[in-house]
Amino acid sequence: MFPTYDVIVVGAGHSGCEAAVAAANMGSKVLLATMNMNTIAQMSCNPAMGGVAKGQIVREIDALGGYSGIITDHTAVQFRMLNRSKGPAMWSPRAQSDRMLFAAKWREMLEAHPNIDFWQEMVTGVIVKGGRACGVYTSLGLEIQSRAVILTNGTFLNGIIHIGEKQFGGGRAGERAAKGITEQLKELGFEAGRMKTGTPPRIDGRSINWDALETQPGDEEPGKFSYTDTPRLARQLPCHIAYTSQEVHDTLREGFDRSPMFNGRIQGLGPRYCPSIEDKIERFADRDRHQLFVEPEGWNTCEIYVNGFSSSLPEDVQFKALRKIEGFENAKMFRPGYAIEYDFFPPTQLKLTLETKLVSNLFFAGQINGTTGYEEAGCQGLMAGINAHLAIREEAPFVLRRSDAYIGVLIDDLVNKGTKEPYRMFTSRAEYRILLRQDNADLRLTPLANQLGMQGLQERMQRVAAKQEAAEEIGRFVRKASVEPGQVNRYLTGIGSQELTQKVKLHSVLIRPHVDLQSLRQVLPELNQFLGNYEQEFIELAEIDMKYEGYIERERERADKMNRLENVRLSDQFDYHELTALSKEAREKLTAARPATVGQASRISGVSPADISVLLVHMGR
Amino acid sequence: MSHHLNDTIVALATPPGAGAIGVIRLSGPEAIAIADRAFYGKSLSAQPSHTVHFGSLRNEQGRILDEVVATLFVGPRSYTGEHVVEVSCHGSDYILQEAIQLFVRLGARLANPGEYTLRAFLNGRMDLSQAEAVADLIASSSRASHAIAMQQMRGGFSDEIKKLRQELIDFASLIELELDFSEEDVEFADRSKLEALVHRIQRIIKALLDSFQLGNVLKNGVSTVIAGRPNAGKSTLLNALLNEERAIVSEIAGTTRDTIEEVLNIKGVQFRIIDTAGIRDATDAIEAIGVEKTLQKVQSSALLVYVFDVAATQPEEVRADLEKLVHENIHVLVAANKMDLNPYTKQEHYFPKDSPAHYHWVPVSALNKMNVDYLKDSLHDAVLTKKVNLESTIVANARHYEALQKAYESLARVLEGLSAGITSDFVAMDIRAALHHLGEITGEISTDDLLGNIFSRFCIGK
Repeated sequence: MFPTYDVIVVGAGHSGCEAAVAAANMGSKVLLATMNMNTIAQMSCNPAMGGVAKGQIVREIDALGGYSGIITDHTAVQFRMLNRSKGPAMWSPRAQSDRMLFAAKWREMLEAHPNIDFWQEMVTGVIVKGGRACGVYTSLGLEIQSRAVILTNGTFLNGIIHIGEKQFGGGRAGERAAKGITEQLKELGFEAGRMKTGTPPRIDGRSINWDALETQPGDEEPGKFSYTDTPRLARQLPCHIAYTSQEVHDTLREGFDRSPMFNGRIQGLGPRYCPSIEDKIERFADRDRHQLFVEPEGWNTCEIYVNGFSSSLPEDVQFKALRKIEGFENAKMFRPGYAIEYDFFPPTQLKLTLETKLVSNLFFAGQINGTTGYEEAGCQGLMAGINAHLAIREEAPFVLRRSDAYIGVLIDDLVNKGTKEPYRMFTSRAEYRILLRQDNADLRLTPLANQLGMQGLQERMQRVAAKQEAAEEIGRFVRKASVEPGQVNRYLTGIGSQELTQKVKLHSVLIRPHVDLQSLRQVLPELNQFLGNYEQEFIELAEIDMKYEGYIERERERADKMNRLENVRLSDQFDYHELTALSKEAREKLTAARPATVGQASRISGVSPADISVLLVHMGR
Repeated sequence: MSHHLNDTIVALATPPGAGAIGVIRLSGPEAIAIADRAFYGKSLSAQPSHTVHFGSLRNEQGRILDEVVATLFVGPRSYTGEHVVEVSCHGSDYILQEAIQLFVRLGARLANPGEYTLRAFLNGRMDLSQAEAVADLIASSSRASHAIAMQQMRGGFSDEIKKLRQELIDFASLIELELDFSEEDVEFADRSKLEALVHRIQRIIKALLDSFQLGNVLKNGVSTVIAGRPNAGKSTLLNALLNEERAIVSEIAGTTRDTIEEVLNIKGVQFRIIDTAGIRDATDAIEAIGVEKTLQKVQSSALLVYVFDVAATQPEEVRADLEKLVHENIHVLVAANKMDLNPYTKQEHYFPKDSPAHYHWVPVSALNKMNVDYLKDSLHDAVLTKKVNLESTIVANARHYEALQKAYESLARVLEGLSAGITSDFVAMDIRAALHHLGEITGEISTDDLLGNIFSRFCIGK
């Protein structure tokens, strides 16, 4: 019934979809196996993509040839560039999506791919022969052969949903949990753990008094995620902001004795940064209110997502508390929030390619690795898809460094440090934040993916080259052009900058704080005319390059220094116990972790700089 | 961490301490160019390999530091396989430190322990068996130096640095919080308070830097003075501690007229042991100078080992000596020497139970090496249990000096950024750099610390 596939992807969430597409676009024959074809690329939690650090990841996925950005652009109902008031490294695109359109568009694009087949059934195990993954077992007793397997099971592995005192098996509201895989992998020697996450209630938008809420509109000039020719939003839906109150908190507290969080029924560790509302009022008892983001679920539905009100309290408590919120006095609930516990596999069991150390050609991506978030899941899927393709062809693996991409930071953190709570990306996690900007993801990554042979990137390379060239041309112009005091002094005084006393280079004006090209254009016709030849995106890159040159330079130097360690490879077979010069702790940690490079070794806790010197001596040459 | 192999490193190649000459070695791609910038004589860049040149070493202002001899090794024909310049100076700590600091300002980096050898190995100048030994050396010396660093920092300063670091982490957390969670439900501290904090941290770092620059401490180690009456056996005790014949030992009282310094490592703690001329009412002028020097040394030291001959010294003489020597910032061990000659000597004979003076009592026989290990343990314990006031030895380590210097520079850029109204992502970059450099002294800091700090203190998130 089935051919032997190159890659079988188990699970069709954000990670599975990106994995399937990446492997397929590399040229692999892919089978995408899912328990339910009607819930491909579901947004199980909030109907939004991007945000601080996450938006950068979506841009990176797009630059590498993934689809998340394209699909978001096609299905967004609102776009905002967060952190506009901060520096360019912090600008973070975020979009509200139409949940149903988002899933439909993913399915459409997957179906359009000739290299992707589909199979709807529960996968119950991985076929492993000689330490190598070569297919999957299904619940019908089928065996489907392949040369590599990518597991992207999300929250489905032995998922248990909690609502108050009720609990039942399930991978998501209304869907059953997946069984068998955890048990089999444990038998193979994998270590598994339990994690927990939650989601808020969904509300009937017709029952909300919108006038009582603050409105949060989209950007006046909405941007987009993809570097390709995707559409820009012509109209947008607003979000709203509501607040809890002391009364809301008191009502919630009444249900604490029936909360699975507080009576110990939930064992898994949840994320600290995305706490449930009961967690928030317990941990921050001095706060008399918390902010809630009231988000639309799509163009054609009245369903509303109450971001910030994640809860596993009994449904009647959730309902009672919701109605105490200003504007929610008559609120009707579509479904209550819930908490979900699921199995994950501590990601220290992976290589930097996301291949497991224990079974070759078996890859893990997404929440199964202990992460949270569509973006984090999607990028892992993409990297696993690429590396699965490369592995079966015995080609060199594709690993992004911490200075290349947030994706590199994410995977490096997971593999080297592991995670105890669901891992979410923050810009704080990146050492070289200034380099990893949303505006330059294409320059950083598209050439790399193109070199690998990822389909559909060749035309995009031309645009990358044009962007680079444009930035240089603009830089040359600004460095050469001069300005007279009379031309800019009014503008400078207006922004509190010192007036010019003589003719100077335009560049020296631009690099002053608070000065920007957009404003200079308005007072310098020559500049305006010159910049008229270029796209806004290209001008922005040129401006960032010039204004922050010193910082970018220093950051790059630091990254280069670190990368020298990344280039010193460590042998897989090396016996660290023979190296008596290493500390005992380092010997144990290194033996357990088997880092691929000295750089990676340096990030393992317990490995000291002295140990790194020793490694360099032994491996460096 | 600094394991970059593409830059140019500098360090003292001869052992620290008194010597007729001291050799400073530069190695790396810029070694010759950097040396040229300070060396006034022939242009070194224009000279062939394996040649020796006389000239003077001058600082940026053109002031002559020393007359020197520079030996040139053009890579790969050198110990490390890179360009190497060895500059022989006169053996003064002050000159050598000044010269090294000059080279650092001109672009070299202070070498890590064993780094020359490491480079030699990496450049294929050594075989594996040699390298094994080097690996051991690097591991032990850098671990010891970290331990020493921490030891040296006890007594106020370690707390100071830790406190600084924590405050800076709090500062960094606030900035990171502002960056990562600005759209969410969070609170920030106000900017002027943060600015004040950076100023405060800078002032403290500056004071630490100055303590180094003043030349308070030019070498590593807890300064420890051995003092006592002539012929009490001070030099013999020093030799017993070092287990070698170093000081001139004779039975003629007053043999040690100058002070002698030795470095002694006891279980990872470095001691700079200073043997002194005997204290007495000196009869000849030269000796009088020696006694004066002894008192000076005691003044600037953290530990005193007072040695006396149990067979020849009266209790009131011992107490009188100690009264002369002891000051409030010094910890005192009383070594009752020649115990084999009078084994029944008890502490109570010298320091009656009701007298206010009480010191750590260590009976020894320096000559027969009896109880010397106990004395070593006592020295070690005195440091570990923070009995020793090490204020004068803070920032003894040149690498720590460099780290503080860099932290200071990063903080200066933070202030610059804040006052110029640069956005906080760039300010954060400099704060992180400052944290990194302080981390080189106190141990690593990772982004996890920042996030942990954020989560424990602020309500975040949807």
